[in-house]
Amino acid sequence: MLIDSHIFSHSNTFLIMEFLNNTVVLSRMQFALTASIHMLWPTLTTGVGIYLVIIEGLWLKTRNPDYYYHARFWAKLYALNFGVGVATGIPMEFQFGTNWAPFSEAVGNFFGSVIGFEASWAFMLEAAFLGIMLFGWERVNPAIHYLSTILVAIGANLSTFWILTANSWMQTPAGGEMIDGKFIVRDYFQAIFNPFTLKSVSHMFLATLETSLFVVGGISAWYLLKNRNTAFFSKSFKIALAAAIAVAPLQIYVGHLSAEQVYHYQPSKLAAMEAQWNTIPAGQPANWSLLALPNNRAEKNDWEIVVPNGLGYILELKEKLTEPVLGLKEWKPEDRPRLVGLIYYSFRTMVGIGFLLAGLMFGSVLYWLLGKLSAEKITQQRWLMRAWILAAPLGFIAIDTGWIVRCVGRQPWTLYGQIRTVDSASDLPAGNVLVALTSFTITYILLLIAYAYFGSRIIRRGPRFDLPIPEVEVTKPAIDTTPGEFVPDERPVEAKQ
Amino acid sequence: METLTYLLPQVWFGILALFLFLYVMLDGFDLGVGILSLTSSTEERRSILMTSLSNIWDANETWLVLMGGGLFGAFPLAYSTILNALHVPIFIMLFGLIFRAVAFEFREQANRKFFWNFAFGMGSFLAALGQGFALGGVLKGIQVDRAGHFIGTSWDWLSVPSIIVALTLIQGYVLIGSTYLIWKTEGELQKTHYKTATIAAVTTLIGAAIVTVITPIFYESARTRLFSQPLVYLFALIPLLGILLIWQLLKSLNQKKERMPFIWTILIFLLTFIGLGMVVFPYIIPTKITIYQAAADPSSLVIMIIFIGALIPVMLFYNLYQYVVFRGKITTGNYGEAE
Ligand code: HDD
Ligand code: HEM
Ligand code: HEM
Repeated sequence: MLIDSHIFSHSNTFLIMEFLNNTVVLSRMQFALTASIHMLWPTLTTGVGIYLVIIEGLWLKTRNPDYYYHARFWAKLYALNFGVGVATGIPMEFQFGTNWAPFSEAVGNFFGSVIGFEASWAFMLEAAFLGIMLFGWERVNPAIHYLSTILVAIGANLSTFWILTANSWMQTPAGGEMIDGKFIVRDYFQAIFNPFTLKSVSHMFLATLETSLFVVGGISAWYLLKNRNTAFFSKSFKIALAAAIAVAPLQIYVGHLSAEQVYHYQPSKLAAMEAQWNTIPAGQPANWSLLALPNNRAEKNDWEIVVPNGLGYILELKEKLTEPVLGLKEWKPEDRPRLVGLIYYSFRTMVGIGFLLAGLMFGSVLYWLLGKLSAEKITQQRWLMRAWILAAPLGFIAIDTGWIVRCVGRQPWTLYGQIRTVDSASDLPAGNVLVALTSFTITYILLLIAYAYFGSRIIRRGPRFDLPIPEVEVTKPAIDTTPGEFVPDERPVEAKQ
Repeated sequence: METLTYLLPQVWFGILALFLFLYVMLDGFDLGVGILSLTSSTEERRSILMTSLSNIWDANETWLVLMGGGLFGAFPLAYSTILNALHVPIFIMLFGLIFRAVAFEFREQANRKFFWNFAFGMGSFLAALGQGFALGGVLKGIQVDRAGHFIGTSWDWLSVPSIIVALTLIQGYVLIGSTYLIWKTEGELQKTHYKTATIAAVTTLIGAAIVTVITPIFYESARTRLFSQPLVYLFALIPLLGILLIWQLLKSLNQKKERMPFIWTILIFLLTFIGLGMVVFPYIIPTKITIYQAAADPSSLVIMIIFIGALIPVMLFYNLYQYVVFRGKITTGNYGEAE
């Protein structure tokens, strides 16, 4: 699917031969594979990281041991997640040099520095305090432990900031100019805060948060559905739901802002996102296609379902646009993205999921307001719980499809308008890249399976209520902080295992 | 201006050398313990080995990420040419690091631990092997055109000298891993690692001796510089100091000191590192490209000093704090949750 369609114009055997011999195509596939899979784990690292800050804060504030057990339970999943995130992240960094050497050399002045900032600001902070966060409960006092949790979350989110800065700059390279094939930075501030940075960082930040909330909510719903530790998990369910009230609608709004910035800065990408072949002049009604079958060869959509004036409302919230929407035919075929169908459907998948998750949130809030989520009734809402379980993986799909829109839509450029993808790849023997690509594919499938297996295992085992609660050194009488005193009596016996 | 074009790349050469040294020292014992775990006789021993790393492996590995990012930003040409030329050993290292990293968590959850034990040990071994070959490849020399772009073949790095360098590096990692374990464990486990440390000290010494002897043969310029007055006295000092340090190390192992072997080993690493640095400087791709040719634009180097350089003391501080929090011997195979 990620192969350029022109290759398909040859006969089938020829196609496979050419494909296996094309270093650029193979390197792109390798990057696409490793990036889309790496992306899945940091999502939870950053989002659940914030969730852990909330939970531990609640524990310190209320001293209710339930929150402490929550922190320990979710931290266990977090640790599993983190290991795979790091394991898949390290190949990302080195790939720029191995597979994209000409690109790296050309943009090292800015892009390379930003990768360095990410390591020094974000990764190191996160890595150094993670040990204390996971294993330090009995070694440092609660305030320092809480500080570590906060620093881990800050580190993870800083890494989102820096990597999105780097990528946004690939979309709208600002703050300098290309001289002799190298980008020379004139103004770092402009380059870092290039036109895409702030909105893209916000959209990504909300994406990790939203995905994590629905994962936490989905896992909690599974326990509620199974009638296990219901009092305990209705807490995390409600925290996730409450946060989603703000996050889910906001994400749609910020997504809209993202589409707007694409409209202004990357018209060829917008045309592909909308499979718009012909230009819509300003002042004309702009229709929007809900579904279509783009045909790259004929430069038209074979069929489409059209919403009259839809695009006008989506981009500018009015019937007629003040600026034209350029059609794909405005560019020569070699100057515009080729995989129009992939971009088009990826975009619709992401948007669809955005609305679905917001809808689920609204529905659940309605139930909440009607009192159906009270302690006695929550386990009876079987369909609602099932819906949350099904919604848990959706955020990941939205994230990967969103990245496909962004990266594939940027084609044929790596640095938009400046450096072409074909000129970016290292001249490696195709066989070597093929071996690496195959090894990555096998390894990552293995990782996904093992992660799913061990993750579901942690979930099936459930939280542990026998962990010693660290002393909280406050003026309270010692008895208040003794483990055991606080353990709620109503918890089911099986939880003690 | 003129001084700036020389000074800035030199500063970055120094900073990257520091990152690389910290990485080789810290992930060195980390990988070394991983390789040693292949020989652990019982599951309990292996658990203790892994627990001794569980809180720090990620931070240790991050020095590599930092080194990579720093090289990318400060010497883009070197980053792209070296990684391009050495992509095979780099991928060997990456796959090693992947399996090793996930093994920490997966093993703890698994009932049958065999596969993940193997992934951890072999992953550590492969990572060290890849690094050794990469180092060997760089020392041997990378073929580049006028613009500094790689023009050799993908197997150029493989040669007898690079195999010796790789094996020596692995021995060095085993040595520092053993001495780390001597520090962090007690009883039988500690006894075992007095033995492995002694063996590794001898094999590293042999490897290092061979490398030292063949390095001047490697390339012209190193030879001329090594034997030029007055530098030759400085270079002659390094092997002498090396012998002294190894002697101290073996003595401390013999006297069953707990901390000194680790410290002597670090000093040996440092000395080797200084030696290598003196051979390589001012090249970043030996004998082909100097740090001045490969350096990024001065504006980038300055901004990186502000954004990365200034953070170095902070990073060192909180990494050190970590070690303080988790000081002391490891007696059980579990830090977090006693089962
Ligand atoms: C939970 C995840 C999630 C959800 C629900 C949405 N998005 Fe999104 N979207 C992402 C996760 C994401 C992302 C993976 O995070 C991307 C890729 C790069 C980025 O900055 O954000 C992205 C990119 C992205 C882009 C491309 C930006 C570019 O190419 O530069 C557009 C136009 C939108 N989004 C628009 C939307 C709209 C209109 C949504 C609402 C309904 C929406 N997104 C929901
Ligand atoms: C994490 C989610 C990401 C996904 C899913 C993703 C996806 C992709 C895909 C699909 C391609 C191949 C394009 C094609 O074949 O047409 C690609 C290429 C690329 N992406 Fe992204 N990307 C992600 C993040 C990033 C980030 C954060 C960066 C930079 C910091 C980045 C930099 C690149 C580069 C350098 C290429 C290779 C050149 C090219 O083919 O355009 N990507 N990515
Ligand atoms: C939008 C895309 C990306 C985001 C939000 C992101 C975020 C993160 C985060 C939060 C981590 C911490 C570990 C973890 O979460 O499990 C991580 C790990 C890592 N990422 Fe990504 N990343 C992205 C894409 C990339 C790309 C394109 C690179 C290449 C430079 C990269 C390089 C790394 C590295 C080297 C690590 C390991 C760091 C360590 O040792 O702790 N990431 N990433």
